Amino acid sequence: MPLKLDISGSFVRAGLSGEIDHHSAKPLREEIDSAIIRVQPELLELDFSAVSFMDSSGIGLIMGRCRLMEEHGGSVRICGASGHLKKVLKLSGIDRIAAVETAKTKEVPHETAE
Amino acid sequence: MKPLNEMKLTFDSRSSNEAFARTAVAAFAAPLDPLMDELCDIKTAVSEAVTNCIVHAYGESGIGKIHITARIYPSRRLWIKIRDSGCGIEDIKQAMQPAYSGDQSGERAGLGFSIMCSFTDRVRVSSRPGQGTTVILEKILSER
Ligand SMILES: Nc1ncnc2c1ncn2[C@@H]1O[C@H](COP(=O)(O)OP(=O)(O)OP(=O)(O)O)[C@@H](O)[C@H]1O
Ligand SMILES: [Mg+2]
Repeated sequence: MPLKLDISGSFVRAGLSGEIDHHSAKPLREEIDSAIIRVQPELLELDFSAVSFMDSSGIGLIMGRCRLMEEHGGSVRICGASGHLKKVLKLSGIDRIAAVETAKTKEVPHETAE
Repeated sequence: MKPLNEMKLTFDSRSSNEAFARTAVAAFAAPLDPLMDELCDIKTAVSEAVTNCIVHAYGESGIGKIHITARIYPSRRLWIKIRDSGCGIEDIKQAMQPAYSGDQSGERAGLGFSIMCSFTDRVRVSSRPGQGTTVILEKILSER
């Protein structure tokens, strides 16, 4: 299962990986939803940093989880999306229903000559 | 105009073939050495069209055939036709509206056509209810 669930208190972190399409979305959805229903978390974080491909089925996956989280007043945060995923997320306007934190390009510390 | 290269694929409308289809088209385009970003655009657009055949044209219950023809034309023009013989689209204009989905499950964003349109240079859809749907995608790859 290309999913790593981390549950601590009322925070659920779902680390997704691999390719997200209509085929792979179903088991992901079921796994995440059972955690949401069990924990009723305040915050669900969906981490896309290990996802290499995503189409509109990934947007459907996020939207559906947002809806489920709303039912008990929780919210969704999206993080780790880079490159092509960022493009798909931007087009979808998903930032209207979930907080989107895009992958930061790592800052390389400069050696400052004194 | 005569294509410089052509390939044809026919496969079952099983969801496990979504990855196969987009990867096959990307592999066909690979000799043109597309940019990483262009390759992602192509894969995503093909994935959208093929998923629509599986989800909407034939439905989750029935399995039908999906046909893809891909061609490379001069000036680095990639041409991809995705065809099904499924239920067809009643109102193409409505279907292509952003966020429109005929699916009632609430798990579909209605963004497939929007992604095809913004990730390629040209999208043509023809359909007849009860007969099936044909989507033609074209993308001009940048000069390398
Ligand atoms: N090949 C097809 N056969 C029959 N109907 C189709 C086909 N392709 C698209 N449609 C219809 O057009 C609608 C819009 O398609 P689109 O791909 O934009 O959104 P979606 O598939 O509903 O959602 P998403 O692609 O975001 O998962 C579909 O809901 C469906 O009703
Ligand atoms: Mg679709």
